[in-house]
Amino acid sequence: MSTATLIRERRVVNDSWQLLESQPCLQVGEDGLVPDFPDAADLIVPRKLWALRRDDLLARRGRLGLALEPGDDPAEVATDLEHFALVAVNFPKFGDGRGYSTARLLRTRYGYKGELRALGQITRDHLNFMESVGFDAYELREGEDAEEALASFGDFSEAYQV
Amino acid sequence: MYRYDEVDQRLVDERVAQFRDQTRRFLAGQLSEDEFKALRLRNGLYIQRYAPMLRIAIPYGLLSSEQLRKLADVARRYDRGYGHFSTRQNLQLNWPKLAEVPEILAELATVQLHAIQTSGNCVRNVTTDHFAGVAPDEIVDSFVWCELIRQWSTFNPEFSYLPRKFKIGVNGALEDRVATYVHDVGLHALRNSEDEVGFKVIVGGGLGRTPMIGEVIRDFLPWPHLLTYLDAVLRTYNRFGRRDNIHKARIKILLKERGVERFREEVEAEWAHLKDGPGTLSAADVEKIESRFTRPAYEKLGTDPISFEMGSVPNFKAWKKRNVHGHKVPGYAAVTLSLKKTGVPPGDVTSEQMEAIADLAERYSFGELRVTHEQNLVLADVRTRELPALWREVRALGLATPNIGLLTNIISCPGGDFCALANAKSIPVAKAIQERFDELDYLFDIGELDLNISGCINACGHHHVGHIGILGVDKNGEEWYQVEIGGNQAPASLGKVIGPAFARADVPGVIEKLVACYLERRDSEAERFIDVVQRVGIEPFKEYVYGNSHKRTTRRQRQLAVA
Repeated sequence: MSTATLIRERRVVNDSWQLLESQPCLQVGEDGLVPDFPDAADLIVPRKLWALRRDDLLARRGRLGLALEPGDDPAEVATDLEHFALVAVNFPKFGDGRGYSTARLLRTRYGYKGELRALGQITRDHLNFMESVGFDAYELREGEDAEEALASFGDFSEAYQV
Repeated sequence: MYRYDEVDQRLVDERVAQFRDQTRRFLAGQLSEDEFKALRLRNGLYIQRYAPMLRIAIPYGLLSSEQLRKLADVARRYDRGYGHFSTRQNLQLNWPKLAEVPEILAELATVQLHAIQTSGNCVRNVTTDHFAGVAPDEIVDSFVWCELIRQWSTFNPEFSYLPRKFKIGVNGALEDRVATYVHDVGLHALRNSEDEVGFKVIVGGGLGRTPMIGEVIRDFLPWPHLLTYLDAVLRTYNRFGRRDNIHKARIKILLKERGVERFREEVEAEWAHLKDGPGTLSAADVEKIESRFTRPAYEKLGTDPISFEMGSVPNFKAWKKRNVHGHKVPGYAAVTLSLKKTGVPPGDVTSEQMEAIADLAERYSFGELRVTHEQNLVLADVRTRELPALWREVRALGLATPNIGLLTNIISCPGGDFCALANAKSIPVAKAIQERFDELDYLFDIGELDLNISGCINACGHHHVGHIGILGVDKNGEEWYQVEIGGNQAPASLGKVIGPAFARADVPGVIEKLVACYLERRDSEAERFIDVVQRVGIEPFKEYVYGNSHKRTTRRQRQLAVA
């Protein structure tokens, strides 16, 4: 469970989701078995893991989320979106803006309606624009002040873009 | 002049508040150098060699007297009493204090000015023809389209963290006075056979360390689709432009790596989804923007001939020939105020001059002026009968040097005197060349010649597209200057280096030799320097400058071979 501040729909909330790293779930254990996934937990899984263990992941009771990296093409997961209650887009660097286009495409072209969460180097300076392109949840980088972050949604009260 | 509505003003005010808070957090240690860099740059703030530099946006180069007075005031109170007009039609202050920048921006906001997106990896100030709206060869008034693009690009949430900076230039006339082929996106207005307006879309041009001429990816884009098409280009770039290497991150590299055909297909495929969508422009959208521009209330004037008396004053004649330009309305002319007086850094103006120019604009040109990408100012709507009176006033201000289009109208970056990136100084080189060519008859005899100087490979002085281009290079810690010839803004061509670099003191002499070679070879006065270079190539110029030592070597080798 993450300790970072999570903002969802402009409110600080507790996070029920768990982000899985690829490695442990792909490695074969000493007993020769691939580790199981927790059955009831809400899991966010990387694309690679989704591709390899789709059926196992879908057989669980918990909800499922997908994590995308900046270079991932949303078109490639467009037909899978119905399985996800959450899509997370990673922003590994402060200035890497690819995820903004990913969000726009997910919302406008592929009709994704679930939670769209920004992860990574997220500061209050990003939130206003992120919301504009379709994000509704943000995992703030460590050290970010939650109150100031919430205030930043009001940085701009208008936008020129449709 | 575009007048803000309540939303325009609120956005600028909100930006000031946002940046004030970001500056506070940086000074309090809550934002790292790198993070603050990404934020301050998009507010025009650089950290330079000796001090910060603030680049203030002059959207599409259009300025009111009131705004110019405020710039003069800000330069005096927060800087050293002068400013520098840049090739993107902006104004740079060289000595502001970082902590005071939010205050400067708040002052600018009171006259509808800002520094939004004048730097950083986002869409920069859109540039256009300094004769927009008055040019006799006008196809459309490009200001309206520039304002539409300004609004589309301002705080565009999807395109605010691009791989690299993004420059758009819009040309609305027959002649390309915008250098559209050396922009990330160049737009060239056209009318098709049904008299409908559209744009030729040119992508992937640029200067810098990898100069390239743009490619046409669409011959005619009907105007309603302008913004959705830009969305498609920018989305393609934002997603696929390289982010691993800052020197390969411009859209020109993406276009080159993909090849123009594949790049065009990708953009068109993206556009297929966006075309006719919510971003499509309606006639009402365009009219709304158009109606927010104030227009000069032209009088019905005849074409007044200049009085006989004035016509015989040689200095006035020279000025009228070089600095006065045609106008689409009879009885009016556009006038360039030259910021290229010998000894003054190209593009620099003092606060006193700015105030005096603001007065002139009010008295002679409806209170408006334009900044040219060649770093001069234009009064665009002057009654021709008032030209003599204007000339006297402009001359008294030291702004009547009759050198527009001539060799001493040098485009130059601030260079090593200010810029942290520069390898060499450019201002002293410009000065030395201007001094060498200070004699007017000689300058006029040489005719049209663009000479551009950049202090480093980033090419802010556009040396690649100067008929003569000078580039400052570093050789073992010393300043040297490489010389190119054959560059041109439009039709765009890139200069070729003539040979090994020169010491600074030798540069004026080299320019003299290039000019002498040209004068010997031109077939008439109508054949310009650039025409001769294009006709005979760079070899004759090379020989003229370096001598024919390499031929002697060849002859000696031949003799040796025979022996």
